[in-house]
Formats: sequence, structure tokens, C-alpha cells
Amino acid sequence: MRAYFDFAATSPLDEEVLAAYTRELRAVGNPSSLHAEGQSARMRMESARARIAAAVGAEPAEVVLTSGGTEADNLALKGIHAARNAGGAHRPRLLVSTIEHHAILEPAEHLESHGVDVVWLPVDRQGRVDLEALRAAIDEDPESVSLISVMLANNEIGTVQPIEEIVALAHPHGVPVHTDAVQALGQIPLDFAALGVDAMSLSAHKVAGPVGVGALVLSRGISPVPILHGGGQERSVRSGTLDVAGATAFATAAEIAASHVTDGTVSRTADLRDRLADGIREQIPDAILTGAGLEGDDSRPGDDDRPGDDDRSGDEDPRPSRLPANLHVVFPGCEGDSLLFLLDVAGFATSTGSACQAGVSRPSHVLMACGFDEDQARSTQRFSLGPDTTREQVDALLRALPEIVDRSRRAGMVSASPRWADSGGAQ
Amino acid sequence: MKVLAAMSGGVDSAVAAARAVDAGHDVVGVHLALSRMPGTLRTGSRGCCTIEDSRDAHIVAGMLDIPYYVWDFSERFKEDVVDDFIAEYANGRTPNPCMRCNERIKFAALLDRALALGFDAVATGHYAEIRRADDGTTELHRGVDLNKDQSYVLGVLTPEQLEHCLFPIGASASKADVRAEAEQRGFPVANKPDSYDICFIPDGDTKAWLTDKIPMRPGLIEDESGDVLGDHDGATTYTVGQRKGLGIERPAADGQPRYVLGVDAARNTVTVGPREALAVDEMEGIRTSWAGPAPSDMGATEDSGIDCEVQIRAHADPVPARVWLGELRTDAPAAEADPLGPVVPRPRPAGQVLRVLVKEPLQGVAPGQTMVVYRGSRVLGQATIDRARSRARA
Repeated sequence: MRAYFDFAATSPLDEEVLAAYTRELRAVGNPSSLHAEGQSARMRMESARARIAAAVGAEPAEVVLTSGGTEADNLALKGIHAARNAGGAHRPRLLVSTIEHHAILEPAEHLESHGVDVVWLPVDRQGRVDLEALRAAIDEDPESVSLISVMLANNEIGTVQPIEEIVALAHPHGVPVHTDAVQALGQIPLDFAALGVDAMSLSAHKVAGPVGVGALVLSRGISPVPILHGGGQERSVRSGTLDVAGATAFATAAEIAASHVTDGTVSRTADLRDRLADGIREQIPDAILTGAGLEGDDSRPGDDDRPGDDDRSGDEDPRPSRLPANLHVVFPGCEGDSLLFLLDVAGFATSTGSACQAGVSRPSHVLMACGFDEDQARSTQRFSLGPDTTREQVDALLRALPEIVDRSRRAGMVSASPRWADSGGAQ
Repeated sequence: MKVLAAMSGGVDSAVAAARAVDAGHDVVGVHLALSRMPGTLRTGSRGCCTIEDSRDAHIVAGMLDIPYYVWDFSERFKEDVVDDFIAEYANGRTPNPCMRCNERIKFAALLDRALALGFDAVATGHYAEIRRADDGTTELHRGVDLNKDQSYVLGVLTPEQLEHCLFPIGASASKADVRAEAEQRGFPVANKPDSYDICFIPDGDTKAWLTDKIPMRPGLIEDESGDVLGDHDGATTYTVGQRKGLGIERPAADGQPRYVLGVDAARNTVTVGPREALAVDEMEGIRTSWAGPAPSDMGATEDSGIDCEVQIRAHADPVPARVWLGELRTDAPAAEADPLGPVVPRPRPAGQVLRVLVKEPLQGVAPGQTMVVYRGSRVLGQATIDRARSRARA
């Protein structure tokens, strides 16, 4: 029996989403065509757009459909930076946090290699952006900042960022803020207008929608230079034949995701996550639960994160400090690869948190940015739960873990001193 | 048995994994990522480190319906193989990085992890044969396809390692057989070219690759009697037996070409001489290891040595030799560190010294090379050449 603990990577397609998707795939008509079929497709497209907008607290006109989160992030970073430097403006500085997803890190590094002055914003031990560093970076020369991009919630360690405070620092200087909300959708209340950001990336497949659909929510005042030129669809920001089926499927998925935040589904997931966290604390005392909002890591004195009073929608604090479905753990002395292998063969699908294209686990840049050492950053495992996760699965995982951790500890770390060090020959 | 099949993405390891599955083992495929930046180390498909190779291995694992993982050994590989390769060259020696990889990565770091994770053995696509005697001891033998035989680079394995190794193709297949079998199994890698070069040197140009890594310092070129014949830009890029590119203006008295006879990294000098001075027959090996029990009939004097064969390169012919044990070296003083030197000189390792007298002189023997000791098809053991000389000229 398999138990899936990798919803943050991708999630199973919802049946209702699938039905909407396939129904729409059968329909003919390009929304840009002027005949009856085209007009009908346009109506359905705009209906889907409105539903997506409503699910995330935005206006329909603010939703630009993309091929996914990566395209949305690229469009935001490259497009807004270029737009802010158009017409003779000189704003060479781009402020980006050090724990962004690769879909932000790589475009930022690309821009950096083309002369953009990327300012990497540090984070604290829990992965929260250092607001003082941000303030200092802005104050240094507010006029020279093109954009600030900080993710709403981290994909590895689940930390939720104080985006409103970032917006409050940026907007008085007229600096726009982008946030990658790919992991946040369906887990925490998401309201584009209330967040106050200027751009927000979304993806469908993390919330039981299909792969290949996403959106960049863009406030009206901001118009990125396109990275895809063509027929001028989507406010001339993103050309390409409109994907009515994808948009419809995403709309259905986004509505379901938004409802999960308020109907108790997410708090049930959070309970299971806490059950898993408690079990790991109890059985593997030296395990380090990373990120914010969980007891057992060295939260700052006076930190207001206490277990039990966060991560719950509908409580007095609607903004939890971490994603309710995320648990990220350092198992000291255990190679992440070994843990993943043993968990996989035991029937549990997990993630080391970060892997490159060739499928190789790397020391997590997120953990390194949080101040963990390289060995700790390669000793990680991410458990991401979803609406389908059951208590039985969590308990089965907890039963299997001690033996798996023990075994993988015996297998050692790749970076540990080799046993043949200084050996003169035969061993 | 629970078997970990090391899958490089090449045809040999693909067929080896398939045969391990056919033999009824419970097989898991693992691809070793050896480069810090997959995709940049090699751009073609000849190496062992590309995204393409990892994908090829993944496809084969999928066809075999076995689980597949990529494990990152890049850090260990860099320290134990790449850095060692550079340090050996910087110390004037000529290392074999494939051997070092087998000794420290594939059959050490990987095997150790596999055993700890519950596997019984590691299977690879090497052309060599392991024979298991009734008493449980193992013997390592040449592969049946002598053109592809890889027993030389496995000579460094110990009995404890061999006990947990499977070479499913070495005992029964030629390269042509393996390609035909891959074709018949429908593997897309059936016609993938062989890899020959050092996997971490993208264009195969070792000398150019090393010039980046080892600071070059001009020094003198001398003849055997110490007369200065010219100068060089950096001693460590010269290799024993090299004839071209010496840049000596004064011709030899006899008009014959000169060859590099030796590289002294500590003194930063290159010694050259006539071709006949390259021939050596006495060698001293260090870091000795045995692929089975140490030969019981081997004494510690030339007279009590054993008659066997010695091979000094992966594709060299074995030559008849007398081999005996030298002293057990305990102290290992390093040369005095030269503050301007390319790297800290490496100490001579402690351990069992092996002495060899070959019956036909060998050309171009460089310290750092491995000599593998055979008796017929069987690998007895190996040692790293520390010194070589001609008994007649000594």
C-alpha cells in the first residue's frame, strides 16, 4: 500500500476538476475567434477567469493565465523589472529573498548575469525574511529598486512570510512587490487585494488541478514587458491561444482549494501534520523540525509561535506562520537520499526537499540560508500532506520511521570521513 | 538476494542490471551523480555524469520494472578521485582515476551505503569474473572478452568487497554479445558509444585541464647526470616516456631523441635521457592490497618470491615477473614542503611494500601507476608504483 506524502510536489487530480477539464477539452472554439463558437469559448474563458479571481480575492481583469507557476514567476521578475526600467527609468536593483523557489532564483540569477544588481535578502533561522535588511536595502536608494519578490510560503520548510509588512515598506517608495503564492493556495487564506501585492504567481497542479496551467495575478497599475510575444492575448502581456479547458479546470480546482481553507479540511490536515510532528519529536528526539510555527526548533525568544494557536484558519490569527500541510525535518546523520529510498521502498512517497533536473538531491539552499550547515542541509525530508491524507497513513509512517532513520544513520553521510582515510593499503 | 545495480546509463550496466533481474534477484537501480553540476561536466553521452545518462539509466530501469534512484556522490568523488588525481599529478605521479573511483566510490562509499541500507550486493557492468569457491572465498578473474577485460581496474578490490560484488556480464559475454542482448531487450542504449576517457575531463585533454588546477612554475630540464639542458614552464605536466614538446635546443651528443625519464615535483625538475634509459625491470609498489588471501607461497626475498605476471596499464599486456614482499613501511615522512611548490607534498604512505622484477623490460613506467599482479587469469592483488629502475643500469 502506498501513502503519498508529497502533495507539495504535485497533487492528485480532483474528480470534479477532471470532469470539468475533459468536458471543456471536447468543446471547439478559439476565444479569439469572432463566430458563435469563438464567442461561446470566450464566455467560458471569462467565466473561468472570474472564478479564479474570486477564489484568490482578485478582480477578473487582474488574472493573466500562464502555463504554470514557473512562467508566472519569470514573467513577473523579468517583465516587471524591464517595465520599471522602460522609458529612460534607471532602476537596476532587484530585491529577492534567498529562499525562493528555483523559478525565481534562476531568473534572478539570469538577470544578475545580464547586469541587474540583485540584492539577496537574508532570512532568519525559521526562514522569515529579515525586514530590517529589507528596509535598509530599500532606504539605500528607493528610486533604484525595480521590484521586490518574496514568496508567500516556502515550498521546502513551509514558512509563511510577512508579506503585508513587506508591502508596507515598499509601497511608500512606489516599489512594487511580487509574491510567489504557488504553495500558499489552498493552504492559507489568500486574498490578493488584502495582501496588497502588485503581482502574485499561482499554479493549478499543486491544488488538484492539471499540470500546465497557472496564473500571474497583476494589479491594474502594472504592465510587465511580455516574455512571450505573439497574438497579444491576456492584456498583451502573455500571448498564446487561450487555454479554455486549462482555465476551467484551474477555476474548479481553485474554488475547491479556497473552500478547503474554510471548511475544516485544512485544519484537519494541520492536525495530522501536528500528529506527525509530535510523533517524530517523541520517537526521534534529535530530529530538528525546521521552519516557523513548530515547537522544537530554536525559535527566537519572545516568538509568538506556539503550537496549538497557529496554523488554524478561522482562529483569531488568520495568517498562520507556516503552511498547515508542511512538515520539514532534519534527521542528523542521515543522508536525505537514504531516507527517501528507505521510505519509498516502505511505501511512503516523500521528498528530500530539493532536487536538480538529473534527480540529484542537493544540500537545500533554503536550509543553508536559514543558517543550517551543509550536512544538516542534506539530511532533510519533507512530508507534505493533503486533503486525502489519513490518520492511518500518518500512524503507519510513524511506525516505520524509527527503523528507517536508524538504518539510514548507519549508512552514514556521503560527506563523512571515509573509513580508509590515511590507510596505507589493504584494508 | 537484494541487489543494488549501479547504472551509469551505458549499455554494459544496463545489461548487467537486466541479468541480475533475470537471475531472480530483488534489484534496485541506482545512478551515481558524480558531478556537482550535472550537465556541465560532459555535454555528450560518453561520460558518466550527464542528465542524459541519468535519463537513459532511468528508462532502462523502467523497462526492467525496478525502482530507480539517483544518489549524489559528487562531494566524495571530488575529494577522493578528482582532488586526488590533481594532487598525484602535482606530486609528479601518474594516477589512474578509474581505479581510485572503484576503490573509494563504487565499491566503498556506494557498497557501504548499500549494505547499511539492507542490500546484499552491488552489481555493475564490469567485464571481469568473480569465482566463488566452495569454502566461501572469492577469486577475481579476467573477463572472457579480453579486449574489454576490466579486471585491471578492479584489481584494487579486497576479498571483503568482492564478496558483495556481482559482475553479471563479465564471465560470459563479449562486448558484441552485450550490445546484441541490449538490442534484443529493446534498450535504447544498445548502440551508445563506449566511454574511454576520464569522465571528469570533458575534452579528454588532461594536460590542459591540469594547467588550470596546478600552479605552473618554471624549472630546469636535466639529463641523468644532472647537466642542465633547458627549462620548462611546470614540471608536473610532463609524463614519463614523453618525447614531444620538450623544447630542448641543444641536441643530444648522439643525435638520438630524448625522452622524459622522470619528474621530480619537489625539486621542480624534469629528467630526460635516451630511449633505452626508459626501460625498467625493477619496481617497488606501495599501498599493496590483495584480491583474495595474500599468496601463501610468497616470501620476503627475491628467491622466495612467486612467479606470476604483472600488468601496469589497463590495456597493456601482462609480463612475466617475480614478485616478493618488501618491508612493512611504518613511517612515512613527507618531503620538505616547498613554500613555492604547487601543493603540499604527499607523504609516502605506510603499508606493505611489494617488490617486482619483470622478465622483459617495460617502457615508460611512471610512479603513481598501478601494477596489478596476475596468475593466469586470476587477479592476485595490486600495488601503486612508487619507484621503478633498471637493474642493469643501476
